[in-house]
Amino acid sequence: KVTWRIFKKSIENQQVFICRLNEACVCVCVCVCVCFSTCQGHSFPFEDRGRVVPRTTGRWADPPDCELLAFGLRLLPIRSTFLQQSVQAVFRSLATLEKTVEKCHIELDADRNRLTFTLHCKHGLLKTHNLSFQDSESLQAVFDKDSSTNVLKAQPRVLTDTVLNFPPSLDEVTVTVSDERVWFRNHVDQEAEPSKAMLTELCLSSDEFDHFEVRARSSVTFCLKELRGLLVFAESTGLPVSMYFDKPGSPVVLSVTDSVLDGNFVLATLSDESGVQTSDRTGTPAPPADDFMNDELESYLIAMDTSMAAGPSVPAPLAPGRVVSPTATPDPWSPAHSEPGEDLTEEEEEPGRPPNKKFRSLFFGSVYPPGSPLGGHTPSSQKVLASDSEDDG
Amino acid sequence: MAVERLEEGLTFNPSPILLQDQSQVRAGGVVTTISKLTKTCVLRLTPDNLYFVLSGKVDNGGVGMWCELSQAKFFDEFQLEGVSAEANEICLELAPDNLSRALKTAQNAKTVKIKLTKKHCPCLTIAAELPTMSSASRVVTHDIPVDVIPKRLWNDFKEPSMPDFDVSIYMPPLKIMKNVVDRMKNLSNFLVIEANMNGEMNLKIETDLVSVATHFRDLGNPPWAGGDGSQAGANSQRDPEAMVQARVDVRKLQQFLMGQQFNPSKAMCNIVQNTIIHLILLYEDVSLQYFIPAVA
Repeated sequence: KVTWRIFKKSIENQQVFICRLNEACVCVCVCVCVCFSTCQGHSFPFEDRGRVVPRTTGRWADPPDCELLAFGLRLLPIRSTFLQQSVQAVFRSLATLEKTVEKCHIELDADRNRLTFTLHCKHGLLKTHNLSFQDSESLQAVFDKDSSTNVLKAQPRVLTDTVLNFPPSLDEVTVTVSDERVWFRNHVDQEAEPSKAMLTELCLSSDEFDHFEVRARSSVTFCLKELRGLLVFAESTGLPVSMYFDKPGSPVVLSVTDSVLDGNFVLATLSDESGVQTSDRTGTPAPPADDFMNDELESYLIAMDTSMAAGPSVPAPLAPGRVVSPTATPDPWSPAHSEPGEDLTEEEEEPGRPPNKKFRSLFFGSVYPPGSPLGGHTPSSQKVLASDSEDDG
Repeated sequence: MAVERLEEGLTFNPSPILLQDQSQVRAGGVVTTISKLTKTCVLRLTPDNLYFVLSGKVDNGGVGMWCELSQAKFFDEFQLEGVSAEANEICLELAPDNLSRALKTAQNAKTVKIKLTKKHCPCLTIAAELPTMSSASRVVTHDIPVDVIPKRLWNDFKEPSMPDFDVSIYMPPLKIMKNVVDRMKNLSNFLVIEANMNGEMNLKIETDLVSVATHFRDLGNPPWAGGDGSQAGANSQRDPEAMVQARVDVRKLQQFLMGQQFNPSKAMCNIVQNTIIHLILLYEDVSLQYFIPAVA
């Protein structure tokens, strides 16, 4: 099921982006967003940045763009997902791709639910991959990084050297900022025995950052794995990484930007108190802030819902004191519409069914241009993560 | 180098220790070796030496370990205040894996400081000053939780006495030995190691289906004469050709061989007939002893 969802969502993105291409030969940015949302009163916004297909003209993508696409797919925080792998298989070896592929043709046949990648290789060789998919609706992430209180921008090397100090198995990292310094710490699960865990702390001075803007001291905890993924990409492109965040519970946006590429990774952060977080958010309905719309670029966030939990079959005992989002106060991450069986919805709306895992990951989706038919699913003035059904077979 | 004070005294011991280390790579290698041998061990600090100890379990079929590091070879500065002047020592239980990871990240560090601190729990704190691209330096600290071992239990962590071995022999190159043991492990869970005073050593497995033996010759026997008359005497009465053997759990031997990161300057093996094998590795500034009990 999980695999299906992932794939469907990614297809969805493709769909949007391909349809758009047919209408106008413009530069297109496809971004992948990842969201962790959680149960037990924790919310982890977590942002993964964009896998991007820039400079795609018409329906042709240059190999570097394919690389980006493949890179994006690789960033998905999912393991052993068969269908996703089938997409990745197309772009498996980036080195080979770069050497042999001259162009890539991407075509979506909506009637037959088929996505076709045709790689035009040297010597007239054609490699065609037909992937089937099921139609689905998509999730939508809306965020406004420009209103963030704290902005840090650094060369990827600075951050890579930083995360190297943490063990590969570490799940979450806590970033604390003050006026002049930034601390990275490993986050220790409260359930874990504190006397067993090694604490690692790294202190960076503001000098190490290209841009250091801290308007409010704060401390956010988010997923380290996705940060690592982003850094791999940022290092390969040599682009500085910007980090936008506010307070615990609200998402951190990691962003990589240059003239043709705008990737934003939205990651959930661990909240101190989920109740507070919910009410905070309701007061600030924001229109889908689409920075790209004013641009020549049209951008889409890929909608992906990837649950890392094993599924609802292993329900955990109900945690006392778990705060459930009141239905009257829509959480920005709550689904706009849902169907029975949709995991995320259950978690956020059914107090009796706590999620079986602390984290869920959500690849969520496209920021549709206003008026787009798919955009109609989202309440107009709410920051909404529009989820969708999983009732496909 | 500056001398820093411990932020907070440990309850058991109000006085600070401070270590400063600039040979972090080597130290890291030693600790990595140890972390491959055991999940937890005891770190014993004395004014002259550091010891990593795994003990008291040999009787129950477990392995024993004694690793000795000379403080002066590893630390530029070393300050220790134990419980009292007479018992100027500190004993800690910790996970060598944590220590190994912490030292690994400190490999390129300009300086590394190790000190005992009281945080949420007693910790061994490793603070490394890392080079950065800017002028400011960057400090990474690792707080490794430790259990402080009360003085009444220290007796468990004394240096193990040399067993009254029947034979003592230099080991073949550890890499070769590892290759042999790795393959033998696939055939049997137990391995017979035998040697004589004529520089010969055999590794054997025997199963219902197959018997395999690897023979090493001309290894040489360490001269244990010196003041240890009793052992020399026992050995001299023995026929140099007579084999002394011990049957051990092949995984324990493999684990020992796997962990070795550097070639020791001397590697020796002492065998007490059907009782125990005692492996000794001597490095320039480290010595490692390892005890594997024999099984019937």
